[in-house]
Amino acid sequence: MRSDIKRVAVQLWLTLRFPLVSIVAGLLVGAILILIAGKSPIIAYTALFQGSFGGVDKIGETLFKMTPILLTGLSFSIAFRTGLFNIGGEGQFLAGAITAIITGWFFQDLPHLILILIMLISAIIAGGAWASIAGILKAKMGIHEVITTIMLNYTALYLVNYIVRAVMNPQILMGTKAEAHTVSLPDVARLTKLKDVFEIFGRSSVHTGIFIAIGCALFMYFILFKTTVGYELRAGGLSPDAAEYGGIKKSKNIIMAMGISGGLAGLAGAVNVMGITYYVAQSSTTPGYGFDGIAVGLVGGLHPIGNIASSFLFGILSNGARRMQLEGIPKEVIAIIQGVIIVFIASQYIIKIVYKKKKEKEIKREKLRAEQGNEGEVQ
Amino acid sequence: MSYVVEMKKITKVFPGIIANDDIDFHLKKGEIHVLLGENGAGKTTLMNILYGLYQPTSGEICINGEVVNIKDPNMAIQHGIGMVHQHFMLIKPFTVAENIILGNEPVTHKGIQLDMKKAIQNVERISKEFGLKVDATAKIQDLSVGIQQRVEILKALYRGADILILDEPTAVLTPQEIDELGIIIRKLADEGKSIILITHKLKEVMAMSDRVTVIRRGKMINSLDTKTTNTDDLAEMMVGRKVKMEVDKQNKESGEVIFSVKGLKVKDNRGLDAVKGVDFDVRAGEVLSIAGVDGNGQTELIEAITGLREIVSGQVHLDGIDIKNFTTREIMKSGVSHIPEDRHKRGLVLENSLAENMILGYHHQMPFSKNGIINYEKVHEHAKILIKEFDVRTPDENVKAGSLSGGNQQKAIIAREMYKNPRLLIAAQPTRGLDVGSIEFVHKKIIESRDNNQAVLLVSLELDEVMNLADRIAVIYDGKIMDTIDAKDASEKQLGILMAGGDRKVSANMNSKGMSHDEK
Repeated sequence: MRSDIKRVAVQLWLTLRFPLVSIVAGLLVGAILILIAGKSPIIAYTALFQGSFGGVDKIGETLFKMTPILLTGLSFSIAFRTGLFNIGGEGQFLAGAITAIITGWFFQDLPHLILILIMLISAIIAGGAWASIAGILKAKMGIHEVITTIMLNYTALYLVNYIVRAVMNPQILMGTKAEAHTVSLPDVARLTKLKDVFEIFGRSSVHTGIFIAIGCALFMYFILFKTTVGYELRAGGLSPDAAEYGGIKKSKNIIMAMGISGGLAGLAGAVNVMGITYYVAQSSTTPGYGFDGIAVGLVGGLHPIGNIASSFLFGILSNGARRMQLEGIPKEVIAIIQGVIIVFIASQYIIKIVYKKKKEKEIKREKLRAEQGNEGEVQ
Repeated sequence: MSYVVEMKKITKVFPGIIANDDIDFHLKKGEIHVLLGENGAGKTTLMNILYGLYQPTSGEICINGEVVNIKDPNMAIQHGIGMVHQHFMLIKPFTVAENIILGNEPVTHKGIQLDMKKAIQNVERISKEFGLKVDATAKIQDLSVGIQQRVEILKALYRGADILILDEPTAVLTPQEIDELGIIIRKLADEGKSIILITHKLKEVMAMSDRVTVIRRGKMINSLDTKTTNTDDLAEMMVGRKVKMEVDKQNKESGEVIFSVKGLKVKDNRGLDAVKGVDFDVRAGEVLSIAGVDGNGQTELIEAITGLREIVSGQVHLDGIDIKNFTTREIMKSGVSHIPEDRHKRGLVLENSLAENMILGYHHQMPFSKNGIINYEKVHEHAKILIKEFDVRTPDENVKAGSLSGGNQQKAIIAREMYKNPRLLIAAQPTRGLDVGSIEFVHKKIIESRDNNQAVLLVSLELDEVMNLADRIAVIYDGKIMDTIDAKDASEKQLGILMAGGDRKVSANMNSKGMSHDEK
């Protein structure tokens, strides 16, 4: 057990060392910008961290911000590990959100816990099914998932807009006047806010969705690293040919990975709708959580546990931004810091090349050492 | 005697290790000089120093008697040193001429437009001058590997190289292409070029070189005229102990037919017929070897019978059961083990740990997993056993498979595949790119498998290997089996003719008359 923990720690360090460098770089660039703006970076970052950590309610708000992006981050990571670039998180998120509204509305007579469970599961299925369209197209016809998932984002957006107007609108379901959003979820279909249970959370919006998200991260860790499914997904992502040789079906792998990935994004949509918005509004753009998930996934080193850390970081940044604004520092600085972090992560191969060179030398050294160690030995 | 290259007391220290230890290396003008050593012996490091990729820790280099300091490959080129890497640096959609002139393009008198006509003329001129026939207007992607290598050599010559370093030039070539390469470099040497071959293949040393320098574990062991030595002595110098080049193989009655293929037809990736109706049987306790030049349908054949490629028509039986429509997993389950020809692409997930690789293909079976949950304790236990039993040299089972040497990667695959105790063992080019010590090991294991009454199907491009291991040899050419002969009765000449698509009767005749296959 102890060696297990040690291995996870080593794994985490290996996957997180590039992201950590990137975060430091992002903060440094941010500091320079703040200086240029004529403000003190120390005051700015103090405000940032006070805004995110200065009290349980502040932490609660940070946790609230990280909830949906942790799930979409996991969604992206799982697909990416299988060699698929799922940028359809937006569409799958919407599919999950609207499904949660539909089931939450029509089954609202059921007891709270059962209803919540049905809503979550139906959203997972909806998101998974939506992503599987791209999965099947890729597996059976070789159509690249980047193309299909992007297009399915728009399909989902306009389909949801249609449902908002023509199916789930208060005008249709309750006979009130037409709205640009769906009916609101009844109380029974909402996730509990932590502040309603523990006063200490003050006015923060954090809800039980955070437990669902963290639970999913742990579950995905288990799936990826402890089960045959995870073994096959990872093998397929790292080396499709070797996986095929090992009797792993490519097409099955692709469809499954897209299904799981879409399920997680769908869950993110449901959790968001059940935890905070309570309805889905008509929109001209996709919500953005799916795209944020790409950044979270990459910064988290595509590791489920790393995703918890990276979504927390993004939570800190977006929550602390408000406090920074009070200090007269434009909140755009935060967007720039985020951008710099992502650019660094994306160009991490530069750092990797340096590491790789170093490692190659190490391997050479080890080889020579092994050979020297075996001097005179007869096989 | 004057030398074109003198490397004196070269020492290269990497942090914690001495890769080259006080090595002296001398190259005479117009000679072909082999740098011989096992993988990791330090021969490539030494040549990288000469080519300016590394700086020596101590020691000096003289080119044509002058002490030089080669800081980078550009300086090496200025000193007339050219290097042909093992993996070609060619742009595939470009033509031969475009590739050769790259970085040194002739321009029209206006000085801005590429003078393609002149480029082609230049290429044709040097191609003629050195007798390296190529079509200057052909695209690289349409050329065979042997011709591509020729283009690489021309590229070096075009840049004015007088000293050519060829890094493992035969690793990617077929037997015929190796012969052609031998002729080419001999001609270049006659023209006054000095050539360094980096290799670990002993036969080539004897066939191609004038002199040989042996390096072992970073130290120069010996430098001698090829004429005065033989493969056994060289092998001993290279490995540091006596090596058996031939495999101990007892005569053995083969048993019942385990695996049979009838009328097998398979298409390649482009949808063209690759295997055109192949029949063969493999019996218990025998090695049937499929010999042939690369690209005659071997890859497609193996992929088809292991479920990795669709079978167009024909029958495949294992123990009397029709496995034609089985998936790869089902085929493995019915007792087929497969050592794939490309261990990097197929055999291992390089980024995964050695332990995880050791269960690839039976990760879903007891005792490694139950109800879809992998028991990593068992997996590690299993890996440790295999590492010990098959002598895989690795720090532990947690390292990435990609960090092992080629020989040890192959040992890991063989361990995994043989531990299953299969009915049929398919070994596709099992010793490709391995050093002498590892080849010896692999051969021993294949014979062990045969002696355990398993059926062994060996596909190899190395004629020596085929002759050494096989009980029967089926020669494949253009997707068809030309003939199947008892290994006892087979001669290299006869096989050579069959491999080139020659008629079987003619080949038998020729064999009896002792004519060489060049005269076919």
